[in-house]
Amino acid sequence: MKILVPVKQIAVVDEDFELRDDGKDVDPDFLNFEANEWDDYSYEAALTIMEASDGVEVVPVTVGPDDAEDVLRRCLAKGGERGIRVWDDALEDANPAVVAQVLAGVAAREKPDMILTGTLSSDRSYAQTGVALAAALGWPHVAVVTGLEWTPGDPKATLLRELEGGLVEKLSVECPAVLTIQLGINTPRYASLRGLKQAKEKPVEELSLDDLGLSGDSLAEQASFRVRRMYKPETGQAELIEGTPAEQAARLAEIIKELKGAA
Amino acid sequence: MGEILVIAEHRQGQLNPATLEIIAAAVALKEESEHKVTVAVFAQSPDDFAGLVAKAGVDEVVKVPVPVASFQNDTYEAAVLALADARKPAVIMCPHTVDAWGYAPAVAARGQFGCATDVFEMRFEAEGLVAVRAAYAEKLHMEIDFPGKETVLLTVRTNVFKPSEEDGAPAVTSFEAPSAEARTEHLTYVEPEQTGDVDITQAEYMLSIGRGVGEEDNVEEFKELADAFGFTLGCSRPIADNGWLPKSRQVGQSGKTVAKCKVYLALGISGSVQHMAGMKHVPNIIAVNKDAEASIFTIAKYGIVGDMFEIAEELRDQAS
Repeated sequence: MKILVPVKQIAVVDEDFELRDDGKDVDPDFLNFEANEWDDYSYEAALTIMEASDGVEVVPVTVGPDDAEDVLRRCLAKGGERGIRVWDDALEDANPAVVAQVLAGVAAREKPDMILTGTLSSDRSYAQTGVALAAALGWPHVAVVTGLEWTPGDPKATLLRELEGGLVEKLSVECPAVLTIQLGINTPRYASLRGLKQAKEKPVEELSLDDLGLSGDSLAEQASFRVRRMYKPETGQAELIEGTPAEQAARLAEIIKELKGAA
Repeated sequence: MGEILVIAEHRQGQLNPATLEIIAAAVALKEESEHKVTVAVFAQSPDDFAGLVAKAGVDEVVKVPVPVASFQNDTYEAAVLALADARKPAVIMCPHTVDAWGYAPAVAARGQFGCATDVFEMRFEAEGLVAVRAAYAEKLHMEIDFPGKETVLLTVRTNVFKPSEEDGAPAVTSFEAPSAEARTEHLTYVEPEQTGDVDITQAEYMLSIGRGVGEEDNVEEFKELADAFGFTLGCSRPIADNGWLPKSRQVGQSGKTVAKCKVYLALGISGSVQHMAGMKHVPNIIAVNKDAEASIFTIAKYGIVGDMFEIAEELRDQAS
């Protein structure tokens, strides 16, 4: 019994960034890399299922270059015995339709019983990869899951799906399924020092596109869009209140008083 | 002449008002192309919604009966793919909502369509459709196109396009979608808990706290500060997810829209798209945040780059 958990290394831009020479992305020198917040929740959901039943394996997988191994180690420090990283230079700038194909290749190899992904990533916010992966596998899928009841082996899982405005839908889904997990479904654990130490010893399998029977050229044809350029948008800017905290607060109190008086 | 196909969205018998925004976006796109605008209504009784989407500029409303009362992703996927197969639309548009997150990427994958999500600008250029969306927590915009794609599916950001007030007189047709094996089953809707707490949608003055508050023990002092100024205390998602304040106090897409708010004081809130969806309409937004680059400053009228605790402490002295 196996749960596959795709995780992503996301990028955060520095304050004063510059674009790459081709203008299609930020110069990597101005990017800091982190684990995607949503993946903490999907991984925790998988560990929770693992700990409630015997014989469940949780496998984190990422599509990313060498340093993306960090996000796998971070997962393995919390639980799980091995991770998988897929990379090929052809995957640089890959869009979610392509990443979904690669993950489908990993799923074909691993034959998991459930796949839990994040609802979206905080750098690109596509909210596409998980559901596109389900389509590639032909699996049932549900997005934006904030409640999950499933015992490995059950033919169905009972879910909560978070809708707009505080409304929640309770539904069931046939398994195996791909679920995209939303923030708040659980309280993700922190890795212990011992866990972090152990994670360094755990195996991370490195796969190429070849290993998955895929080629960069055919994947490029699967791209669902092409980036023409990136640019810094014109945005509004607040009138900044300067001074010491006391001066700032005094001005703020004044503004609040004016606004309340005028209303 | 091609077609721009808009997928209407409804829930619990109500048309999602965002559908009318997306229709307006489609009509604007039509004006710079040769395409007609068709709105597809998937429902048990499409007649319930067909009239509501017959807005000015819509050329056709296509009624698609489906066997499910509420959104079901397999059913929607099969219906959109069948419609796309029959009509070869140049563009398929739907609102960027939770329902769309649940099926649009699968439709695009199965149909081999071009696809872009959370788009807020779109136009036709000589080489075809160009769309704009954000990246890196809204700090950049990315302009994208879809070479070689006959059909492009766009999920369009809500609260961007202004719905048309004017009704139109579109042709009304019907389409039989193939039956799909539904692999999820709707059980029930769980309404937001009625805690007897305040209704923040009615609040005129709000003080909202975000992740910057740090710990649960710190929440109380902001509650007191809000009370001292006669403000209602609200919060961003992480605070409600942690259970530090009830979900009924959460502002944003998955929480509440503070429709009546006149002054919104955001403390330690960076301003995610999801949070801003609930408050960016407020005429007087005041943001206090340590991070001068926080998105919230791009929509705030006044800003203080500083520590929310220090400002709060000084403010408390001002109030007393």
